[in-house]
Amino acid sequence: MTLAIVQALLSHWRAHWLQLATLLIGIALATGLWSAVQAINAEARASYARANAQLALGQFDELRDPSGPIPLGRYIELRRAGWQVAAVLEGPYRISGRTLRVMGVDMVAYPTLPAMTETEQSATPPDPADVLTAPGRLLASAELAPLLRNQDNLPPVLVTSALPPDLILTDIGVAEDLLNQQGMVSRLIVLPNQPRNLPPLPQIAPELVRVSTSSQIDTAQLTDSFHLNLSAFGLLSFAVGLFIVNGTVGLAFAQRRGMIRTLRALGVPMQRLVWLILTELTLLALIGGIMGLILGFFLAGALLPDVAATLRGLYGAPVTGQLTLQLQWILAGVAMAVLGTLAASGHALWRLARMPLLAGPGVQTWQGNIKARGLAAVVGISMILGGALAYLSVGGLIAGFLLLAGLLTGAALVLPTLLSGALTALSRTATGPVAQWVWADMRAQLPGLSLALMALLLALAANVGVSTMVSSFRLTFVGWLDQRLTSELYLTAQDEDQGREITNWLHPQVVAILPIRNVELSHKTGPLFLYGVVDDPVYRQHWPLISSTPNVWDNVVAGEAVLINEQLARRANLWPGDDLTLTPVHILPIAGVYSDYGNPTGQAIVSMEQLDLIAPGTEARRFGIRLAPENASGMAQALRDRFDLPPRAVVQQAAMKAQSLAVFEKTFVVTSALNVLTLGVAGFAILTSLLTLWTQRLPQIAPVWALGLNRAQLARLELLRSVLLAVLTACLALPLGLVLAWVLLAVINVQAFGWRLPMFLFPWDWLWLALLTLLAALIAAALPALRMLRLPPADLLRVFANER
Amino acid sequence: MLVTIDRVQKTYPGGRPVLRDVSLTLDHGQTLALTGESGSGKSTLLNLAAALDSFDGGEITLNGTPLSPLDDAGRASLRRRQVSLVFQQFNLIPSLTVAQNLSFHARLAGAEDARWSAHLTERLGLSELLDRYPESLSGGQQQRVAIGRAMAARPKLLLADEPTGNLDETASANVLDLMLSLVAETGAALLLVTHSQQIAARLDRQVKLSGGRIQ
Repeated sequence: MTLAIVQALLSHWRAHWLQLATLLIGIALATGLWSAVQAINAEARASYARANAQLALGQFDELRDPSGPIPLGRYIELRRAGWQVAAVLEGPYRISGRTLRVMGVDMVAYPTLPAMTETEQSATPPDPADVLTAPGRLLASAELAPLLRNQDNLPPVLVTSALPPDLILTDIGVAEDLLNQQGMVSRLIVLPNQPRNLPPLPQIAPELVRVSTSSQIDTAQLTDSFHLNLSAFGLLSFAVGLFIVNGTVGLAFAQRRGMIRTLRALGVPMQRLVWLILTELTLLALIGGIMGLILGFFLAGALLPDVAATLRGLYGAPVTGQLTLQLQWILAGVAMAVLGTLAASGHALWRLARMPLLAGPGVQTWQGNIKARGLAAVVGISMILGGALAYLSVGGLIAGFLLLAGLLTGAALVLPTLLSGALTALSRTATGPVAQWVWADMRAQLPGLSLALMALLLALAANVGVSTMVSSFRLTFVGWLDQRLTSELYLTAQDEDQGREITNWLHPQVVAILPIRNVELSHKTGPLFLYGVVDDPVYRQHWPLISSTPNVWDNVVAGEAVLINEQLARRANLWPGDDLTLTPVHILPIAGVYSDYGNPTGQAIVSMEQLDLIAPGTEARRFGIRLAPENASGMAQALRDRFDLPPRAVVQQAAMKAQSLAVFEKTFVVTSALNVLTLGVAGFAILTSLLTLWTQRLPQIAPVWALGLNRAQLARLELLRSVLLAVLTACLALPLGLVLAWVLLAVINVQAFGWRLPMFLFPWDWLWLALLTLLAALIAAALPALRMLRLPPADLLRVFANER
Repeated sequence: MLVTIDRVQKTYPGGRPVLRDVSLTLDHGQTLALTGESGSGKSTLLNLAAALDSFDGGEITLNGTPLSPLDDAGRASLRRRQVSLVFQQFNLIPSLTVAQNLSFHARLAGAEDARWSAHLTERLGLSELLDRYPESLSGGQQQRVAIGRAMAARPKLLLADEPTGNLDETASANVLDLMLSLVAETGAALLLVTHSQQIAARLDRQVKLSGGRIQ
């Protein structure tokens, strides 16, 4: 019996192969986009974990000096006192415009790293003496090695596969030279198995604090919000894909009602039918899911290099640009496909299971949908209110996403009611019979098209919201760059002596020389970079303060106050008037908060004198040079020629802005790609809905044709109908998108990145999006319209045939 | 002569001939019943006369207009202005109300006449149903709306394909009475396809089709 039932059920797909293709494509698209995002996230997280393992990060307690680097003498004192500690010196190192990270470790004391073991066990192991004595050796990945080998002034390079990209591992002595930090240590690793009766830390080094492994901020934590954002987009794409599945399965089940009735009349138990249909759906979900995984793998492979660049640029996170296939990812993707398909089909299956044996053959009734539509609207409004309530009562990033989810899902559920209302209002303006029929027909088609239109609404709203956020960000960022990059030239000397020589030479020729000096401190919210400034009108006129006390700059340059960036302000809830603890003995009132886009870490500014007090001897190699803009190019060249500086050591303001903007654009490549893909999926959802509804259209079109409208007119009306519904949906998507943009700018960004951006409106972008939507709707409706145009009269006549 | 069907032939692609040299005429105000067994070609002939489909040979002339030279738009125009149809399945437009369905064809043809519409509504007993949608009507009520829609345009030719096939005996008699009286009132000709000899007997003439030929 089961075989006969299966044959009967499968015969439906043979007769409706396009519907089957639509269903599989829907599952594949939903799974594909979601899996692509998951693959990217998993790869990034695997990279962080790999890097932590490769560098023994987060495995041991550490000793740090909150005021900056630790003198080498302190390290020696600790060792002499019996403390088993290993020194690490690290910092950025630029080669050919690329910022690398140097990590210098005490090769004797530091725990054995995989890179060292690999090198020692290689076919040609280096002599340990070569690694420890000048010029030393650099360990780097195979990708980085050629770049390092091209530099004349660097030690020989050993290639290892056990290091993150963009990292150079070397002995601490070599790192001192590379980073120009002789006699300094960034942090000390507290090794396990410390001897008993050690003198307490405060006795030997009172300025050092012990940071346990649990309080060390790692890359995974730092990038959590970035990955959460990606996941949210993946989930949105998944939901849009499921709309296709829901629509297709719903129609397939409706078309099978006659067959199900017959099977039941022939004695097939409903329970067995339900199980067989569930099995059928699961198999289809598996096929679609595997198709989606293949799609997702290639999509992730295409997007990963940009994501890796963003994560490296924004957070300094080590992510390789290559994707590896993981079993866990495959299983999760398949599970999502199956669960998503079953969830999307649940309602249709439930209705089928409850269908009385003698139910009428109707697929959908015109008036019967009003009740369901009303219920959906009530649920939708409740979801919007629920999301808002979650955000207002709980707060935080997760609540922010709940607000977003409530808004989007709720609005999608309310859409059919709103569209029906709009169509009713518009139908009152119709005077001719054809117009009257078109409006009424559109209302009648709403139940069948509403899922596709919901998908379109979500995609359009996401597009408007995200593009408004990105464009607002871009506009603010450009304005902010103009404020922040006030010097015409930015110079990096090879060392402090050269820095002094250059400033002496420059003084009579330029308006001002603004030293750029900083030190990394520690704050309870994470790393804190403290900068020193000299008193210059350019800061007073241009610095992008978003909140300040009176006489802010007077207080800062007098050494009586500090400025902090927005990230630190929001993270630590510190605002003008509060005090900032820079070190246990340096506590200053906050005079102002400034915007600092693109920087994930906390930052503070004090007068140069204060910086010297807090962290004496901070390096003075970098300067901003203010001069007449027309002289900038000439001066840059003159500096390079006179002091034999490499091109990258003198950067013009315009080049710096261009570079910053390039990083900015790259940051949003993935978001834009997902945006476009989601819109594409929504367009496909309309196409599939129109195609699957095609068979139901004939009984509605045929009488109108018989009454005297020709096929060309009807085809044009089919196009018009699709375009009008898309336009109406776009009109409703615009306010939703703007609310979404506000939530992204004022809630999600603040929670995820620590900065709030002003919102700008971009009507031309909306117009462009509206045109794209029209185009998508026209393309989606073109095929059914073409079919209409070419439809043989015999097919239309079949509607009137008595023996159907 | 209102309708002249002259040696018309029709074969569907890949099938055997459905109509073979069928000829008949129908004058203004005349009623004609087309009978025959299933598959005899009677519905096909009605569709050809309604300019719904094209034929392979012969000619059909409707009120002096030969149909074979007409393109899709020309045939559509002819259907709007000269012909009305009543089907067994009613084929009302589900998204329009009864009132909108009733006036639909007349408005398409540009022949809307408020007084005639009101008269028709009264005659068909639809006054209380005007705001309802077709799905809420009984079969007999739906067919009365279909007849009202057809007659509102004051067609020269009314074509009806098994109009009582889905109705019970009382409703059938009622619908046929209405159709015949309205045709008589407007002077339209009626070509009606039916299986029922009883119904056929009430029309002026009867033509029987068998195997695509007139017997």
